[in-house]
Amino acid sequence: MPDEPIVSAEALHKRYGGTKALDGLDLAVAPGTVCGLLGPNGAGKTTAVRILSTLADADSGRARVAGHDVAAEPDRVRAAIGLAGQYAAVDEKLTGRGNLRMFGRLYHLPRRQARRRADELLERFGLMEAADRPVHGYSGGMRRRLDLITSLILRPRVLFLDEPTTGLDPRSRGEIWDAVRGLVADGTTVLLTTQYLDEADRLADDVVVVDHGRVIAEGTPDQLKASIGDRLDVALADPAEAGAAARVLAGLAGAHPDLDGARLTVPLTRGAVRLADVVRELDRAGVTAEDVGLRRPTLDEVFLRLTGRGPAPADQPTADDPGAENPTGRQKETVR
Amino acid sequence: MTAPAPTAPVPAAARPPLAARLRWTAADGLTLVGRELSRLRREPGELITALVFPAVMVVLFGYVFGSAIAVPGGGNYREYLMPGLFVMVSFTSVMAVTMRVAADASRGVMDRFRAMPMARSAVPFGQAGADVLNGVLTLAIMAVTGLVVGWRAHRGPWPTAEAFLLLALLRHGLSWAGCYLGLVVRNEQTADQFVPLVFPVTMLSNSFVPTGGMPAWLRALADWNPVSAATAACRQLFGNPGAPTAHAGLAWPLAHPVTATLLWSIALIAVFAPLAVRTFQRRGR
Repeated sequence: MPDEPIVSAEALHKRYGGTKALDGLDLAVAPGTVCGLLGPNGAGKTTAVRILSTLADADSGRARVAGHDVAAEPDRVRAAIGLAGQYAAVDEKLTGRGNLRMFGRLYHLPRRQARRRADELLERFGLMEAADRPVHGYSGGMRRRLDLITSLILRPRVLFLDEPTTGLDPRSRGEIWDAVRGLVADGTTVLLTTQYLDEADRLADDVVVVDHGRVIAEGTPDQLKASIGDRLDVALADPAEAGAAARVLAGLAGAHPDLDGARLTVPLTRGAVRLADVVRELDRAGVTAEDVGLRRPTLDEVFLRLTGRGPAPADQPTADDPGAENPTGRQKETVR
Repeated sequence: MTAPAPTAPVPAAARPPLAARLRWTAADGLTLVGRELSRLRREPGELITALVFPAVMVVLFGYVFGSAIAVPGGGNYREYLMPGLFVMVSFTSVMAVTMRVAADASRGVMDRFRAMPMARSAVPFGQAGADVLNGVLTLAIMAVTGLVVGWRAHRGPWPTAEAFLLLALLRHGLSWAGCYLGLVVRNEQTADQFVPLVFPVTMLSNSFVPTGGMPAWLRALADWNPVSAATAACRQLFGNPGAPTAHAGLAWPLAHPVTATLLWSIALIAVFAPLAVRTFQRRGR
């Protein structure tokens, strides 16, 4: 890594009763990047964020944020970070402007500066129109945006976002993503936990996959996808030909294909098979293919492979239904 | 921590001097009091409900019970009742602090405070301090309603002021208890379930009827209830009927009601203020 990491953790352990929430978590986030912490429910993502943001103490291990040890100098760390959580942690009864001013004062900005900063943030993140309405009348997306900008009052060097878009509609998610991209462009480092793999795919420079309180894989989204190889997808005109097609694909790829109705998928080592060969071999076996494509795996597939579990609870459309068309990173390289 | 930090030792300046910390605690506490004020301004309906409720109690208890209860030693029942109501409302309204604190805790506002570089004890101090405002408002509206229905303070300005100061102090002690409870339950629904528990505690006292007619075991409970001591203290200081007269066998808190109320209040603050501050500051969850 070219720069000294701005967020680092070494062998963090944390136990709640009999449960190991963190079991030797290591982490290093380079300044000015977005790091996506991915993991199934209960993997320890939130615990990691709570320790890094000084809300919880680790049982053992060391963590530094913005040059300060989180256990030894929590106030120094607090002055350098912003935290936006799974909730809209603002006062429902105050207006958006009132919330920003109050938190500005609690950040010890002089009154006038707290006002100016509130107006700046409301303006920049499109909440000016709603500024003088009480928050309980805001939509879910507006609340979450207010929550996010409340954590930006002090222009934090490091921003922790714990599942910032869980439960939001696609448009609101897009707005949060735009806001995060804008912050990163200004030089803020973001550590983001998410269950949405497309979120990590679109926002994160680096992805750290956590399971059972430990890092099980890390890299750029592309590196992670490459690590499990490409996928060969074949759609058949007639499901009855699936058996013959499977034999052809198994012969070419050296692995047994997954069959789903008239669609077969088999993992490939990159560059091992040419699409033209696949088409010719299928043709020779008398199989009519409607579509043959070589594609990168989605992060969902990477995740499933790494953790053996789907990434998300049932209320999320992308993960649990393998038959559903997946909107994430499906880049098809069709026959040229 | 197992591994000692090999790099830069913590500079002494990392911990600001005591004076600065106290100043920030006060400033942050005031900001939170300001927050309460803007909430009240935003939700005048809530304020009106909070103020109308005690007034309704005065009328309800004063005329419904008052029509049938004879005051020991004679006198106007509404004069007998008012000190009890002052105390009762101090107790019941404390649940509002618990609810506010629990709401902040369950919605992540407390975590936001904890992750900010603000004075650690400012939040509980601010919450308990803001409640004094509510307490003063409530007492004022009760006093006005009381005057309307015929209650009077008979012993002059100083004992009257003393009674109200005593009520404010008691209320402050109760605010700390309420604040602590809110920090512990961290959930509005759970906090809500405590509300019906407060009411019987305030009824099991001398505020509505003399304890003399109760069975001995219940009477002992009622006599040692802080509500009774505070009510007796107010009766004494306001010169209202029903003030305990010294006789053999009178429970100690009723024989020395002002001292007993002071002690109760100080005990509440001494126990619950440190507990609340510690609970707020505790990390690890």
